Amino acid sequence: MNQTGFGTIGNIARRVVPGVTILLLVLLVHLHLPLPFYAEVAPALPLMGIYYWAVFRPDLMPRILVFTIGLFQDALIGAPFGLSAMVYLLAHGFVLSQRRFLVGKPFWIFWSGFAIIAPVAGALTWFLTSVFRGALLPSDVVLASVVLTVVAFPAIAWLLLHSQRWLVGAAEPA
Amino acid sequence: MAKRNASMSVAGLAVPVRIWAQRFAFLALLALAFALMLLSKAETGALQQARVVIVDSVAPVLSVLSRPVEAGQNVSRSVKSFFIVHAENDRLRQENDRLLRWMQTARQLEVENATLRAQLEYVPESAPRAVTARVIADTGGAFYHSLLINAGARHFVQRGQAVVSQAGVVGRVAEVGDRSARVLLLTDLNSRIPAIVESTGDRVIVTGNNTNWPSVTYLASNSPVSVGDRVVTSGHGGVFPPGLPIGMISEASESRIVLQPTVEIARLSEARILDYGVEGILPPPEQVPAVGTTQ
Repeated sequence: MNQTGFGTIGNIARRVVPGVTILLLVLLVHLHLPLPFYAEVAPALPLMGIYYWAVFRPDLMPRILVFTIGLFQDALIGAPFGLSAMVYLLAHGFVLSQRRFLVGKPFWIFWSGFAIIAPVAGALTWFLTSVFRGALLPSDVVLASVVLTVVAFPAIAWLLLHSQRWLVGAAEPA
Repeated sequence: MAKRNASMSVAGLAVPVRIWAQRFAFLALLALAFALMLLSKAETGALQQARVVIVDSVAPVLSVLSRPVEAGQNVSRSVKSFFIVHAENDRLRQENDRLLRWMQTARQLEVENATLRAQLEYVPESAPRAVTARVIADTGGAFYHSLLINAGARHFVQRGQAVVSQAGVVGRVAEVGDRSARVLLLTDLNSRIPAIVESTGDRVIVTGNNTNWPSVTYLASNSPVSVGDRVVTSGHGGVFPPGLPIGMISEASESRIVLQPTVEIARLSEARILDYGVEGILPPPEQVPAVGTTQ
């Protein structure tokens, strides 16, 4: 397993790759890009990361990590603490329960699984935020964001696949 | 044999226990997330402090990550200006002629103003102190309209201060860390800015609605506002100084009046935080004179 020869430090580094990549995705999605409307319809990059790692390396994607990433995102965007954490925990739990239908299947099945989760997560976030803010928030931008999220998924999955190949490796047999 | 049976039964018990423990952990974390949401609703100081500390700690990383975006923006601007340099030159020459005429007018008005003020013994308004900061993140997206800037308490930024750009009002400072601050944009659901319709003098409130076009509310029903009218801050409420441009009315119907903000948030790379020395509607408690101590 220890092919890269980093030893113990390498092993620890490999274990934190999923968490670090998702934290990076949280930061990247909130960069201020000079594109009109981008901020409103930006794809949910962190959700892609959680889905990817929960399918391919669930051992490196424990619930507490998902919860922490959610709290970090809530702090960054000014959302109530726990909102993203709750959405990510539910998405993560769903992926784990359906993982056997996704592992080892063609890419389009893996993508289709995400195309089911992304709208549900988007709708749940919209609903919880609307309840929390006491107003029905615009839903058209949420829909646009979900479409962009599903469309952009292969690109991010490709990047995560390469980061897994270079830095982490395949899942250890159970 | 008996020993083997015992070890099998322990192993047989361990799996369900592990599954139950995992389920319990899942439910416990969900309950914790829900409890934190409720606590956030109550706006407890500890959670707000935690948020500020987290944002402050990642602000340098965001600042570094936003540099390539800014560099790319500069390159595209340079390339664009290279191709339109002749047309731009003509436009600037015409604008320069027009501005020179305005300068003459402004100088005459300046002299006239100074004379009139001297006659009236007018007390001039103090010029605001300003801090210029870079926009390092566009936080919130569809649900919250806010920005993070790389200036905080150490740069004398305070909660409630007005944030502007060359074009007009951007929003106000909502949270302040040591080296970063969150700016609540004028388009956010929680934003309310007292304003005046310049052409009619009507007092209105510019109300954010989480779209890019805030509403104009509390306008008298018989007010003759029309599309294209400028809306500027009124200075009421003590947060924004008067006269800052907010936007132009882009739709005026019976049911609603909406505004096109003069500031293009997506293209905003720097913002100015103005300190007019106003602390909001209420002064701090220690500055309120005690009742009954006056003569």
